[in-house]
Amino acid sequence: MKKIDRRKFLKVTGVAAGTAALASACAPKKVKNTGENGEMEYRINTNNGDKVSLLGYGCMRWKMIKDADGKEIIDQESVNELVDYAIEHGVNYFDTSPVYLQGQSETATGIALARHPRESYFLATKLSNFGIYTKEQSLKMYYDSFKELHTDYFDYYLLHSIGRGGDHAFNERYVDNGILDFLLEERKAGRIRNLGFSFHGNQENFDYLLGLHEKYHWDFIQIEMNYIDWRHADGVRNVNAEYLYEKIAALDIPIIIMEPLLGGRLASLPDNIADKLKEREPQKSLASWAFRFVGSYPKVLCILSGMTYRSDLEDNVDTFTNFKPLTGEEKDFLEHMAIMYSQYPIVNCTNCKYCMPCPWGIDIPGIFKHYNTCINEGIFAGSRDESDYARNKRKYLTSYNKAIPTVRQADHCIFCRKCLPACPQSINIPRELKRIDDYIEKLKQDTL
Amino acid sequence: MLKKARIVSATIFFILITLLFLDHTGTLKAYVGWMAKIQFLPAVLAANTGVVIALILVTLIFGRIYCSVVCPMGVLQDIIFAGKRKAVKKARMQQSYSKEKKVLRYGVLILFIILMVAGVNSVAILIAPYSAYGRIVSSISHPVMPVAAIAAVTLVVIVALALHGGRTWCNTICPVGTILGFFSRFAIFRIMIDTSKCVKCHYCEKRCKASCIDIENQKIDASRCVNCFDCIDNCKLNGLKYGFAYRSKEKTNEEHKKSTPDKGRRAFLVGSVILAGTVTARAQEKHLDGGLAEVLPKTEPERDERITPPGSRSHKEFYSKCTACQLCITQCPNHVLKPSTDLKHLMQPVMSYTDGYCRPECTVCSDVCPAGAILPITREEKTVTKIGLAKVNPELCISCAHCAVRCPAHAIRMVKGIPAVNESKCIGCGQCENLCPVRPISAIAVSGYKVHKTEE
Repeated sequence: MKKIDRRKFLKVTGVAAGTAALASACAPKKVKNTGENGEMEYRINTNNGDKVSLLGYGCMRWKMIKDADGKEIIDQESVNELVDYAIEHGVNYFDTSPVYLQGQSETATGIALARHPRESYFLATKLSNFGIYTKEQSLKMYYDSFKELHTDYFDYYLLHSIGRGGDHAFNERYVDNGILDFLLEERKAGRIRNLGFSFHGNQENFDYLLGLHEKYHWDFIQIEMNYIDWRHADGVRNVNAEYLYEKIAALDIPIIIMEPLLGGRLASLPDNIADKLKEREPQKSLASWAFRFVGSYPKVLCILSGMTYRSDLEDNVDTFTNFKPLTGEEKDFLEHMAIMYSQYPIVNCTNCKYCMPCPWGIDIPGIFKHYNTCINEGIFAGSRDESDYARNKRKYLTSYNKAIPTVRQADHCIFCRKCLPACPQSINIPRELKRIDDYIEKLKQDTL
Repeated sequence: MLKKARIVSATIFFILITLLFLDHTGTLKAYVGWMAKIQFLPAVLAANTGVVIALILVTLIFGRIYCSVVCPMGVLQDIIFAGKRKAVKKARMQQSYSKEKKVLRYGVLILFIILMVAGVNSVAILIAPYSAYGRIVSSISHPVMPVAAIAAVTLVVIVALALHGGRTWCNTICPVGTILGFFSRFAIFRIMIDTSKCVKCHYCEKRCKASCIDIENQKIDASRCVNCFDCIDNCKLNGLKYGFAYRSKEKTNEEHKKSTPDKGRRAFLVGSVILAGTVTARAQEKHLDGGLAEVLPKTEPERDERITPPGSRSHKEFYSKCTACQLCITQCPNHVLKPSTDLKHLMQPVMSYTDGYCRPECTVCSDVCPAGAILPITREEKTVTKIGLAKVNPELCISCAHCAVRCPAHAIRMVKGIPAVNESKCIGCGQCENLCPVRPISAIAVSGYKVHKTEE
């Protein structure tokens, strides 16, 4: 395998970036890159001088289509088109995983990226050894990623979704089987340029992992951050992003952001919140607010967005070109919106589909998405006495049957609880399904 | 003027009844449901005496307005015939008077009644006009075998007959046409030829879709005239008029003698008598796909007895009255009612829980049934009407307890890890069977009761 040292890498990425990095302090620093379509916002990884676009491509949400046999496959043509557009407009960070999209993400992403010079982008993938922790399986996953992504080094490599289950789970997945030691060696060898982890869990879990920094030296940490999670995580199973950010920033570890839109939920808000955002910026998308919020924090190196459609990508490129951080007043405004948002009985699902496939065929994220969408659109009845009860009932039930085939609806959940450990948001999925089904039963029987 | 009024009202009836069959949201039935309930044959079977008497009175007074306005099958033939006339110029003047085929008409009617009385409804209902039309329309939106095949054959026959001679079907085969024709023979108001104005040009005769104008003898066969009023509009000499028929005696007495009122009346009365039978059913399967875990479509389990919907009271009553018009099947929001493929009950609905279950709040089939095969039932009555009993197959059961959790009657409890059904509580709604995670054959399945049990 090809060995790349930092110096060589700096040469490739450009002298300007390099000098900027050397001159800078430890924190990531803003650098502007003048492209033909305006200026994409870049941040410098102060550890090694990587000049990373603030907008990163999350490869978990590529468009799926059905092949001739009815099997769901990634629409490679659209992936190629999106990747080309992204690179052309300055996006240079791509984040995937061996388990995304029924295991197809790395393949599709690899095909699209292989059409571009390897040094023109940063590649991130993960050791997603969920369920099976053996060293053999983990190693196989690691080596397969090289093949799928047509590379001999990873710029950023993550221990995928750790935190929940505390030290026990961490040791089981990465320490006891010796895989973390192996990865540290790989970092030394240069095949992993940056080693870090993505975090889901509570404060205790986080403190434990951050405490391991001295031992392992995390090159970066990927956290969930957005204007809801900033101060309104539930505090029991999740922890406020403000806490995470401050802690990591204090250690000068570069931060990569996931779920800036909560799986698209912050791009389609309840009407009265959406109205308030539009009042201020009628021409700007709801999503742009969420991105600007996260991007306003200087130690954020890169913000991942899983852009399925060209329009999403264009809008995001627009947001990150000539990037405008939020003012203090605007941050306060969003905090106010976050308080409003937390009043809604929305299910905290980001549509990552880790819970799928449900062995009983239930479309868990589909049901949550439909429920959340209905709440956003005000298609929700509090009681039978409301004047628009009949209308809301009809709309809810009709759209439910349209969105979810009968055999995949919530009433088929038998509480086997197999989905529970899979959810990074720690949603009590069976209980939430039951909550939604109870609501549906009440609507159907007019007993609300 | 009369023709215009006929066309306008027929169009309204035709469109709304057609939409009723196509509307799977169930919204139209509240407004248009009555149009199905005033259909003659269903009303007879429903023992809906008010409607039957009203329809007969209307016919006795005004003639067969029913056939030109209310009956969708009649209107369909008018549309086909009108289309042919529009398309082929020659066809405009192709009709001619033909003698009434009494033997055929009454023969078919008698055979129809015998079959209904003998409980061989599945054959008899093939020529029931409203139901045949219902099968055609429902097959357009949801083609299901064997209904679709039979509907297709029916449609071909109807189109062929309509193209050939307008209302041939109505005046030779249709049992309702024959019954109403019997009454319209004596209609108080009818179309008559003004012999002082008529020059026997045959124009009206050649354009009469019922072939009932005998211009040589200047007579109109009121038993076959469906009151389309075309002839009145067509005659430039105002040689025809619609009016009181008993003013001058010489015009009306002949038919009086010819007719066989006793036979017809008897036949009609027998027609409203009821009988039926039973057997098992099989429903169709549905295919699902997607990147989610595969969900096998459920297959119909062995049932000791078929299940009929709440409100039908017993298999006997249900199957003797149902004309297989498919209205309940198209309207069932839970996809429980399906056309039977069994020969004895061909196309008549039977319940299956493979694609859904009989929801506690739903009374749609009992609301729409025009034939009284499913009598109106309230939600409250429904919750205490036992239409069948669930039975567990312990060999298939995975002990998930989902059936016990879901049962709306609280009839299922887990005993040593296996669900046990309390027969005194189970109402046979099928929620347990439909939601059972075991596929393709559920570990719990409902068998119907021949006679529904109701609590005091």
